[in-house]
Amino acid sequence: MNKFRQYVPFIIPALVLLTLIGLFARGLFLDPTKVASPLLGKGAPKFSLPQLQDAGTKLDQDVFQGKVSVLNVWGAWCGSCHDEHPVLVALSKRKLLAIYGLDYHDVRNDALAMLQKDGNPYDAVAFDASGDVAIDWGVYGAPETFVIDKRGIVREKYIGPLTQDIVDTQLVPLVQRLQAEPQ
Amino acid sequence: MIPELGHLALILALCLAAAQAWFGIAGAQRHDGVWLSAVRPAATLQTLFVLGAFAALVYSFLVSDFSVRYVAENSNVSLPWPYKITAVWGAHEGSLLLWVSVLALWTLAVTYFSRHLPQEFAGRVLGVMGLITFGFCLFMLTTSDPFTRLLPAAEQGRDLNPILQDPAMAIHPPMLYTGYVGFSVAFAFAVAALLGGRMDAVWARWSRPWTLTAWLFLTFGITLGSWWSYYELGWGGWWFWDPVENASFMPWLVGTALVHSLAVTEKRGAFKNWTALLAIAAFSLSLLGTFLVRSGVLISVHSFASDPKRGIFILAMIGVFVGAALTLYAWRAPTLARGGGFQPFSRETLLLLNNIFLVVAAASVLLGTLYPLLMDAFGLGQLSVGPPYFNAVFIPVMLPFLILVGIGPYVRWKQGDARDTARTLRIAGIAALAAAVVSLVFAHGEGAVIVAAGALLAAWIAGSAFIEPITRLRQRLQGRHASLSRATLGMSVAHLGAATLVLGICVTSTLGVEQDVVMKAGQSVSVAGYDFTFQGVHAEQGPNYEARQGVFEVSWGGRPIAVMRPEKREFPSIGNETTEAAIDPGLFRDLYLALGNPLDQGAWSVRVQYKPMVRFIWLGGLLMMLGGLLAASDRRYRRSAVTEAVPAAVERA
Repeated sequence: MNKFRQYVPFIIPALVLLTLIGLFARGLFLDPTKVASPLLGKGAPKFSLPQLQDAGTKLDQDVFQGKVSVLNVWGAWCGSCHDEHPVLVALSKRKLLAIYGLDYHDVRNDALAMLQKDGNPYDAVAFDASGDVAIDWGVYGAPETFVIDKRGIVREKYIGPLTQDIVDTQLVPLVQRLQAEPQ
Repeated sequence: MIPELGHLALILALCLAAAQAWFGIAGAQRHDGVWLSAVRPAATLQTLFVLGAFAALVYSFLVSDFSVRYVAENSNVSLPWPYKITAVWGAHEGSLLLWVSVLALWTLAVTYFSRHLPQEFAGRVLGVMGLITFGFCLFMLTTSDPFTRLLPAAEQGRDLNPILQDPAMAIHPPMLYTGYVGFSVAFAFAVAALLGGRMDAVWARWSRPWTLTAWLFLTFGITLGSWWSYYELGWGGWWFWDPVENASFMPWLVGTALVHSLAVTEKRGAFKNWTALLAIAAFSLSLLGTFLVRSGVLISVHSFASDPKRGIFILAMIGVFVGAALTLYAWRAPTLARGGGFQPFSRETLLLLNNIFLVVAAASVLLGTLYPLLMDAFGLGQLSVGPPYFNAVFIPVMLPFLILVGIGPYVRWKQGDARDTARTLRIAGIAALAAAVVSLVFAHGEGAVIVAAGALLAAWIAGSAFIEPITRLRQRLQGRHASLSRATLGMSVAHLGAATLVLGICVTSTLGVEQDVVMKAGQSVSVAGYDFTFQGVHAEQGPNYEARQGVFEVSWGGRPIAVMRPEKREFPSIGNETTEAAIDPGLFRDLYLALGNPLDQGAWSVRVQYKPMVRFIWLGGLLMMLGGLLAASDRRYRRSAVTEAVPAAVERA
């Protein structure tokens, strides 16, 4: 017994290691991209930006009032945004909701060329050259899509490209639910 | 063809590392001289193959071979050639290959410089290093092969992340890795000693120069990283408590504790268990650093690789290496003889306190770094831990620690004499008080107390660091025999570095001025007595970017002193933008200008900063590194085995 006790303090480091390893193993299976946005349930952050197609006209958060809409964060430089684009174009043809774009860190002509070539799913696009508004919205990287209800409250956030599957099984049902809510 | 050769070289290195590990460890257990004699050739060949693989990847980058996927993803024909080389370690696969290559260089050094060590001990050390090489080569070949082909080849590569296109960034990762990986040598020495059941003063003497060398590289690497983030990230900060910074800082703290603990083991034969544990911990934290950065477990600006398969592999590897070492430790450490006893007031006690403070500091950094993960793992919500936590836990631990730094060197081993110590340190105490009083005269406002505390601590440590060399010098001038070993001088220089660092941190963080202003061409702003006049912005063309450059004339008291040109650079090949701050450097103050965003009608938001003594922070880091260099090159480490008095008794109780 005494002999065993002599070993006890020296086993502690190994136990600490075991605990840490368990913790990390757990951590590996948490999806780091699935960060709950602190915006959920709150009003859309304020912004005022020139529109992509018309730098003279501003777009701000009031545009979300009175209807269910999404804000899609994208850029012509972003590969996954190109992948996502046809899904958005198809969604816009169904005329279920308003689709707004936030084009950030982009070159105006590149973005315009992309919409010209691949179709324009957006009702309006805010042009955020510096990326400051994207930071206010807590954007990790493009693409990201925010769902905003009639009162201008952010209700859901999708990180990464929307796929047809996400649109059909998650986004559209959510939009229909939000549309049923009173204003 | 060349990439395939590189891949083949990696496979051969893997096999040779296995042989190196087997012949080293099994050979020593079986006392088999023939097996042991195979260790060095295996290790030498292994390192050559690893370095060959590295050269193959560098070559693929230099010739822009975009049929190699890793090259296509991280390089670009328009990249200037030095950055083509640094692009090699710009992402996951290449930085792993760099890690293994650095390990190869350390292995080569150990192979070459371990000839005076007993054959079995050297065999075990190289065997353990072989195991580590084996693990990392396997990791690369199974999950992160840098030589994978891309068919059909890409026409044009992507670009290296623009914020990494910088001279400091070119050498920051190699230096940091040299430090990280260097602790594998200390680890291998500790494990070899535990395996052999012999852990004594001689073992400490053998591993001390290796540990010091690893430590000085890590010190240099962290200093470089801090400097880089200061001028490149565009925020004017020098430390962010970012998880990846913490990942390099934790091994540094534990490594610093190890360097001091080894001194006790070497001089007094005490703290053996503790020293072995610190050696294992320092390397474990280095592995943990690799894990944190490479697995994406903690999201941070640094994580450019996020792939759970890789994370699982690294985690398993940490589990095996550290788990085995700690099991061995739990089994062997209790049987090691205790060293010489000591009184409550003695150098041993002070160094023990040093160790405790450093380990507590490292543990609090670890806790802060892992806390978000901990909360998430138990479903308690997501949060992030920021500088306020780290400042709140770290500074109180450092204050008593820094006071002790001044005292430790002037307390005798075994039994100190408090009065004697006080007499020696009187002059440092006077200097410290004087410095505090002077700074209170000059500094006003909220920060004055912090500045005074910084000045007090800095003068105290610096004063203490000067006493020993000056005493020796005076004795020699008086014609008496007095020698100052490089080890002692190194300690003084390193402590002086700590003093410089503390002063720099306290002054710059309290007396610095930061202003965000909106300026139009022709307007001026005055910050800390300096007048900045905005001349406007024009376009500049770089090799692979387009820049908008602002021009500011700076004057002081009406006298022009500098023209500063901050830039915003746009890299079209990856659609990324970086901020190049303009810095007017000086030993006692930096002026720092960063362009924000263009606003309406030609106005720009501009961040203007006055940063007094910020250079002292990096100067302190460099002095610490220099101190490590002096200590590691002390004469007694270069003595051969013949003249070394090896205690005959194998110390096992």
